[in-house]
Amino acid sequence: MLKYLGKRIGRSLLTLVIILTIVFCLLRLMPIEGYFPNYEKMTPQQIQVGLQEMGLTDPLPVQIVRFFGELLHGDLGTSRIYRANVPVSEVLSDKVPISIKLGVLSMIVSLCVGIPMGALMARYKFRLFDKLGTVFIVCIQAIPAAVYYLYIQLYGTQLLNVGLLFDVHNPKYWILPVISMSLYNIAFYGMWLRRYMVDESNKDYVKLAKAKGISESGVMFRHIFRNAFVPLAQYVPTAFLNTVIGSIYIESLYSIPGMGGLLVTVIKKHDNAMVQGIVLLYACVGVLGLLLGDLLMVLLDPRISLGKKEGDR
Amino acid sequence: MMKQFSYRHTKEAELMSNMEAVSQNPSELTEQELFSFAEFNAEEVERTGYSNYSYWRSTVQAFLKNRGAVALLALLVLLLLFTFIQPYLPGQYDPNMIINDDSGMQYRNIPPGDMFLLGTNSIGQDLWSRIWAGTRTSLFIGLSVALAEALIGITVGVIWGYVRKADFILTEVYNIIDNIPNTIILILISYILKPSVKTLIFAMCLTGWIQMARFVRNQILIIRDRDYNVASRCLGTPTWKIMIKNLLPYLVSVIMLRMALTIPAAIGNEVFITYIGLGLPVDIPSLGNLINEGRALITSPALRYQLVYPTIILSFVTISFYIIGNAFSDAADPKNHT
Repeated sequence: MLKYLGKRIGRSLLTLVIILTIVFCLLRLMPIEGYFPNYEKMTPQQIQVGLQEMGLTDPLPVQIVRFFGELLHGDLGTSRIYRANVPVSEVLSDKVPISIKLGVLSMIVSLCVGIPMGALMARYKFRLFDKLGTVFIVCIQAIPAAVYYLYIQLYGTQLLNVGLLFDVHNPKYWILPVISMSLYNIAFYGMWLRRYMVDESNKDYVKLAKAKGISESGVMFRHIFRNAFVPLAQYVPTAFLNTVIGSIYIESLYSIPGMGGLLVTVIKKHDNAMVQGIVLLYACVGVLGLLLGDLLMVLLDPRISLGKKEGDR
Repeated sequence: MMKQFSYRHTKEAELMSNMEAVSQNPSELTEQELFSFAEFNAEEVERTGYSNYSYWRSTVQAFLKNRGAVALLALLVLLLLFTFIQPYLPGQYDPNMIINDDSGMQYRNIPPGDMFLLGTNSIGQDLWSRIWAGTRTSLFIGLSVALAEALIGITVGVIWGYVRKADFILTEVYNIIDNIPNTIILILISYILKPSVKTLIFAMCLTGWIQMARFVRNQILIIRDRDYNVASRCLGTPTWKIMIKNLLPYLVSVIMLRMALTIPAAIGNEVFITYIGLGLPVDIPSLGNLINEGRALITSPALRYQLVYPTIILSFVTISFYIIGNAFSDAADPKNHT
């Protein structure tokens, strides 16, 4: 187990390095006009000097080595344009808490609504509740999020009598963003839990439990649910870590000063250090989420052992 | 096999005794009767173990039973046809033309009415023709992405799953690509390249194919060592033939489902990219563009029609593809054939 973990973490680090290198190279492909706000008026010498100051004239491998060297010292670089000369880590630490708060709230809502919904749909399979739930899931999954977010904002703000834009200090303003963010995950948890529970309910141990005379609901919640939830538990750490990233749509719709729109903004502003910092954060979240998800599965289900899965991952 | 053999056996015996009887009593069957063609008889044929089961016919039959999906499919095909016919209908405006009235003023924000069926937008373009042009663009993007992803994904996926040596390398590649968030690739590619329909399709395929390949690979791994494949291999069937004849037909149902779900996802991605300001230029109308234009007017209730109409079409298209895809994949699953 420990050996496996060591290997796995080593590989994750390697993956992180490769991802950062790829993004680093992609960033160097961006048109250089974007680095200077008044490109047309500048002489070639000025451009050359500007590029040199940013270290863009060195050969690509040199730039990459320098970047990773700084990274090893914990230095993510400084923002160039977005907030000039402020260290990237400082910019991020201002933004991350708001996104996390929003994300965790929405995660709680989606688990609290999605899980009971899926369980009840499986319990009353093919009855009215199940059908209504299926309609909900189809709509949420098929319609692009942008559309229903807009309508929630449009009619929700009228209903709650709040302004279109976000106010951190007024709890009323948190309701709509949290609901919008939860909808997709509610559908996700509901759909998969229902499917896993239906699959599980055809197994022999369920028949035995029923033969013993346990009530339908008792079997559902004491036996089936616990087994059906294991595969879903894998996504919970990822979902939790993803709260750091925030939601581009929702944060820009309500003008929430979180992480959401940051990546797009800094890419447009050619703020390379910021982009690299954010990509690093995204990639860490992804890799760590997978790892924690697998570990959680092992904890929940003693039948699963990580060592054996090695070749498969 | 056994059934066929024993059947032939009894048939031969029957024939022999018949012949004997004929030779003893030649007047019973004439020459013509003996050498006439047998007629097709469904019952007789089934005794040989032959069945006139055709996979595609059964699939279509099973699909046709799902009335809701068939109705949606008909509507969707009509809609698709209409997007192509619409520009040639009489009295249509060009989607990019800014329409002026007699005094040279632009028709801005005219509500839906006689002159403009769905009204005009804030710079005086006809919303009706813009919506149809936009639907055409969005459907084109969706279908191209789904097709390209399926082509690349299936090819790579089959090789990945079937050829053992490729498995290690491709799995490593997958681990890397899968860990780069899609959003980053979408944004970077659409930013580095100039925004156009082709760029968008390229950017979406760049992230999408690996998911399809992974999915196909997992399915192939399950069936690659089934007995019928081992038998084929032992009999010396070339690898490509095993892939095409033995493996792929098994996957039709799941692949169709993936493809049908890719279309709404691609259309949604287009809306997303436009939303963050990296989408198509406004002179190429797309549903994403229209929704984005409509969103800017969200605060004034009188102009809300500019948001409502594009979203209705968009939702209809995506929901239809979703439902049709699910229905078709159910129908394509031989377990559901009668």
